[in-house]
Amino acid sequence: MLTRRTTRLAGLLAGLVLMATTFAASVMLGTTELPPSAFIATLLHYDPSRVAHIIIVKERLPRAVLAVLVGASLAIAGALMQTLTRNPLASPGILGINAGAMCFVVIAVALLPLHAPADYVWAALLGALVAACLVLMLSRGGGRAGPSSLRVVLAGVAVTAMFVSFSQGLLIIDHQSFESVLYWLAGSVSGRELSIVVPLLPLFGIALLLCMLLVRHANALMLGDDMVTSLGMHVGTIKLLLGLIVILLAGSSVALTGMIGFVGLIVPHMARGLFGVDHRWLLPACALLGACLLLLADVASRFLMPPQDVPVGVMTALIGTPFFIYLARRQQARP
Amino acid sequence: MTHSPALTTAVDRIVGNRALRYSGMVGLLGLVLLASMGLSLRLGSFPTSLHEVGQALFDPQDSEIAFIVWELRLPRILLAVLAGAALAVAGAILQGIVRNPLASPDVIGITSGAAMGAVIFLALFGTTLSVHWLPAAALLGALLSALLMFSLAWKDGITPMRMVLVGIGLSAAAGSVTTLLIVISDDTAAMTAYVWLTGSLYAAQWQDVLGMLPWLLVTVPLCLSQARHLSVMALGDHVARGLGVNVPCCRLLLMGCSVILAGTAVAFAGGLGFVGLIAPHIASRLVGQDFLRRLPVTALVGALIVLHADLLGRVAFLPKDLPAGIFVSGVGAPFFVYLLYRHRDHSR
Repeated sequence: MLTRRTTRLAGLLAGLVLMATTFAASVMLGTTELPPSAFIATLLHYDPSRVAHIIIVKERLPRAVLAVLVGASLAIAGALMQTLTRNPLASPGILGINAGAMCFVVIAVALLPLHAPADYVWAALLGALVAACLVLMLSRGGGRAGPSSLRVVLAGVAVTAMFVSFSQGLLIIDHQSFESVLYWLAGSVSGRELSIVVPLLPLFGIALLLCMLLVRHANALMLGDDMVTSLGMHVGTIKLLLGLIVILLAGSSVALTGMIGFVGLIVPHMARGLFGVDHRWLLPACALLGACLLLLADVASRFLMPPQDVPVGVMTALIGTPFFIYLARRQQARP
Repeated sequence: MTHSPALTTAVDRIVGNRALRYSGMVGLLGLVLLASMGLSLRLGSFPTSLHEVGQALFDPQDSEIAFIVWELRLPRILLAVLAGAALAVAGAILQGIVRNPLASPDVIGITSGAAMGAVIFLALFGTTLSVHWLPAAALLGALLSALLMFSLAWKDGITPMRMVLVGIGLSAAAGSVTTLLIVISDDTAAMTAYVWLTGSLYAAQWQDVLGMLPWLLVTVPLCLSQARHLSVMALGDHVARGLGVNVPCCRLLLMGCSVILAGTAVAFAGGLGFVGLIAPHIASRLVGQDFLRRLPVTALVGALIVLHADLLGRVAFLPKDLPAGIFVSGVGAPFFVYLLYRHRDHSR
């Protein structure tokens, strides 16, 4: 673990370099490999008559930007959820937040003429909110020690199952939207234009601002509710605001790319192993590593079975499952 | 030994009443199931009267609708009953083993393992091999995922909690493989697989019923014979061991039964969710917690749920034939959330 301030700064810098490298790799690698010069040329003077430039602007660049944005958001959301629930297995995917957002989007798309993520991001946020409330309500109890992690995880899995089966049923009844939504159910960053990100940027901005304001409060929360109270802060408000960040980040991520699991679970653990539990370092580290992970998963998904584009959500699940099982095996049984 | 006569009669009365109430409940549920089966035989896209159905059943030579009743409706109804009962019993046993009311074959990955097996089969051999091999592939998937879950959860023995958590992880992996295969196969195959995943009894045949029956005939008596151990194991491993139950062996046996039951149900009827979760709860509300008494009622309740869901999908949205799974989860999911809410104060 990096302990000193300078080494941590260096660590974050290394993370930034790693992210830039994977970003470049994501832009250049694929079925058509493009030289770095093409990338630089595109950025400096875009020429719509050249194929390489079109590929970069229409396909590769949006993909990479989405991967960075969504990877970072999901990782931060996961870290905050793990802090909020004091449960190492918490993440937007496992606890059903993603599935809730997903289900509401499917309902909205089936009932209303919506096409762009900006139109249905509200449905996604509402779904994330509903799912979060459900899981919260269901996983209460267990006395002062709080509910066991098994209980919380089971509640989350059940809520996920519920939302997924509702979406499935709706898709079977409504054949038309099936094809367009299916790829997106699996979680995918491909085939989207850069312009769809813009309307959602304010939401990410609000979440980022809240994160910066609440870093110290999150640190106190980790030590226990009593500690928060004794520091003169209001536990309920802090939890509510942190929950709001999670919902904003997870909901907008789902609206953009569909269900991508396990990023929010793995990355906080990696970041904690490197930078410790202090949220001032943890959250930036999560953002960088989350972006790297999703970029890498996306690049790998292009080469898994070419020329097929494997949805990146499948990749993250395949990477994430062994890690989840490792964490599950480490859990101590609570009497 | 001197018993007070008053006490003996009181005990007799209580035991007698309980036994009577219990058999009354089982009989009532059985009657409701029979009536529902009769109703299902009568209703459908082709209108038939009760008289015609009776004639087709008992005197098929003279009936014009013998084919509809014997070859289309009856196998489908029987398969619904068998699949529902199997899933319900599998869920009840699993909840007993894990000592958690929220466990079920779909939560811990048995269903998704079976679904993965089936979808792999549809994607890779869908055109070359006969579709009759699909159940075998699904069952293989279920067994494999259960085996994997056991070996990965093993760390100086098995704790129920590790088993569930590992199962959840495996279920996610299997689910992602399933999604991958659906995404890369062509549209019609994808829709077929998707409908199958939701759980549909469409085009059930006698072959399916006969294919499923032997598994049930082996596992259900085995479960019944072990059920009293489950009641003891509910008190904790130490208590059960103290009372002379071979806990690991018993757990493995029951787990195997549960996997086979859930696996066959999914293999023949698709991924019907929530039956294994809610049927045991309804049964325990009806007849109490004791496993031995609860199992038959659980099976009946499960059969009723799936039968009615299939009937609804078959006749409510004519001419569409919707998968039963939609209705099972449509009712099951909210009910389950309610259950979770009720159980929220329990420590586990």
